[in-house]
Amino acid sequence: MSPSETAGGHRKSRLNLWSAAFVIARRDFQAILFSRAFLFFLLGPVFLLGVGALSSGVGSQIREETVDPEVGIAMSVPDTAAMLAAHTALAEQLGGAMPPMIAVETSPQDGNLQQAAEAILEERQGNYAAIVTGTPAAPVMTGTADQLDRLGGRVALVAAAAIGEAPAKFPEITTQEVATSGASEKSSRVVTAQISQMLLFLLTMLLAGMVLSNLVEEKGNKIIEVLAAAIPMDAVFLGKLFAMLGVSMVGILVWGSVAGVLVLVVGADLAALPPPAVGWPLFLLLGVVYFSMGYLLLGSIFLAIGSMAATVREVQTLSMPVTMLQLLVFFFASYAMARPGSPMEVAAVIFPLSSPFAMMARAAQMEALWPHALAILWQVFAVAVFIKAGATLFRKRVMKSGPQGVSKKRRFWNRKPAAT
Amino acid sequence: MDMMLSEATDAHNPASGGILETSRPMAIEARGLVKRFEGTTAVDGVDLAVPEGAIYGILGPNGAGKTTTLRMLLGIIDPDAGIRRIFGHDRPHDIARMIGYLPEERGLYPSMKAYEAIGFLGALRGLPLAEGKRRGRELLERHDLGHAADRQIRQLSKGMAQTVQLLGTLVHKPRLVVLDEPFSGLDAINQGKLELMIRELAAEGTTVIFSTHVIAHAERLCEGVAIIAGGKVPYAGSVDEARDRIPAQVRLETRAEHGRWRDALPADARREGDFWMFSLPESGIEPLLRALIEGEAGILSLSIERAGLHDAFVHIAGEAAARALTEQSAVEAAR
Repeated sequence: MSPSETAGGHRKSRLNLWSAAFVIARRDFQAILFSRAFLFFLLGPVFLLGVGALSSGVGSQIREETVDPEVGIAMSVPDTAAMLAAHTALAEQLGGAMPPMIAVETSPQDGNLQQAAEAILEERQGNYAAIVTGTPAAPVMTGTADQLDRLGGRVALVAAAAIGEAPAKFPEITTQEVATSGASEKSSRVVTAQISQMLLFLLTMLLAGMVLSNLVEEKGNKIIEVLAAAIPMDAVFLGKLFAMLGVSMVGILVWGSVAGVLVLVVGADLAALPPPAVGWPLFLLLGVVYFSMGYLLLGSIFLAIGSMAATVREVQTLSMPVTMLQLLVFFFASYAMARPGSPMEVAAVIFPLSSPFAMMARAAQMEALWPHALAILWQVFAVAVFIKAGATLFRKRVMKSGPQGVSKKRRFWNRKPAAT
Repeated sequence: MDMMLSEATDAHNPASGGILETSRPMAIEARGLVKRFEGTTAVDGVDLAVPEGAIYGILGPNGAGKTTTLRMLLGIIDPDAGIRRIFGHDRPHDIARMIGYLPEERGLYPSMKAYEAIGFLGALRGLPLAEGKRRGRELLERHDLGHAADRQIRQLSKGMAQTVQLLGTLVHKPRLVVLDEPFSGLDAINQGKLELMIRELAAEGTTVIFSTHVIAHAERLCEGVAIIAGGKVPYAGSVDEARDRIPAQVRLETRAEHGRWRDALPADARREGDFWMFSLPESGIEPLLRALIEGEAGILSLSIERAGLHDAFVHIAGEAAARALTEQSAVEAAR
């Protein structure tokens, strides 16, 4: 007897996993795309940009109003003048690297200037990071340990210039510019890796979270039982994930198009962007793939967690720890990015949830392509495992009979049903 | 597994174990189904055998294990023990196209139009969506709901939405229709329509199995029933056999109050008003009739009343289960 036939002569007749998932995905995709809520979804980044612009404005205002801490000079009048003159001369060469330096007003009754400096700092007078007493030849610097570490070298340089032991004149350098260098390319690629990783994370965080509440509708309107009776729960999960991925892709397409138009209008020079190691076309393609994989990986976990929730309120309660989980994964991948090839980075590549982010950074920094093929296969496998586990858990925990007979309060994902 | 089940089925006593005496192939076979939920045994060794083309009822009060049994049969949940086969298949999802299922808790997507909802339910069972939608419109027309085809589910009355879901259950022309409490929430007119639909399905050769706590529906419609109480099935078989579990009652009215004829009455005879009531003797009515005439009882009326399914239910499942069933029916009727 063939596996598809039985004693009764009936052949197997059902949708295969992908066809069944397609039925679910098509319904969900259309339902979301043709809803009013989708318009608000598309407008989401506008709010984000608004908040960004607002916080950037507030930030620059705060920066303008913030006074940099100064180094006070409390020496004899001629020594103080020499120190300040040396500071001015060096500041012309070193610019912002030199901390602001001012004379500290002291009175003859102060006697010991070192003790006076200590008192000024302890009483938090002025805006001094440190106070230098003594003489330029034997300066004494008073301040907190970290400020002494930070400023010590530069104060010594000023003191040396004041006593004439630092060059008073600097030769003029003739400059010759090249397009790139080893160090420049490396740092550019790190920037590309950082930006792409951040973008990937932002998109995943903004979009994958939507999956969390995806099964609540089906549970709320009771259609879940019809779905579960007709097709395997794996197909329901798969269909829902791909529907949300499709919706997210539409959103990204719209946002990307708007951003592209804005770039053209503003006339920004895209060629100025640091090029990734694998080249722009492949990098963009990998970006789409890794976004999809990141979305499916995180989404499959969120879907499973969300499917255990009985109400929207429970989903809301779950959203905070879920966001924290995303942040953890992102920080792990970011930390690993700075150390390509290290065991930490390899771990980030292997750990399924951080793998897309880590590999995106790799695409920016390393030219080899075979690790991407391996990583994508690994991520696909992990998605399959997560979906299967989520669907199994859902069938075991949720698809039971009604709420009668619940004898004691239980965790919401572990409620005891009763037969009906 | 095929062999084990066949042997078990052949050897089974129809009167006590759930097999209808029929030479037809089985649409549903279940042996020893057990389901536990965290220590509570919801279903405890249920046996069922439903021949193809039958209308079969699972009768029991709420909480008896009806829905859990149906869910196991459909593959929504897996049994902890026992075997289930639908049209010979261990995995019901493998033959999803042959099954239609209406769950107790009805549910449709509120934003879908009625004909789209029917099409979607068909698509879940493998029917192309366009064909499902076309059939959806046809079915709605046939059931006097053509005017609602383009209305969203949220705009329909509860009864209309329920009908839409039922039509969605049937749109792909399944060979087995599973209905969990299908009469629940329907008014008398729609209950009548549903009974008619079930009869029509069976006439076309479709197997229909439904759960209910209303004995009258099972009695009117079913060829076979499984009585379920406390997760166990104390009886599964034909409705006639269930009723035969209780001997027919004889109601006798005589002109004479005393006489030799009274010695001929069976031991369980009791007076109820002007009548004598007793079980039909195993030897039949003729010898008793002869004795009554010879004893000059003066028979005014004599009728033999066969036990109803309700009496059979009380006899089989016990007073408590019967009371629960009656109370739920009353609550349902009051809604």
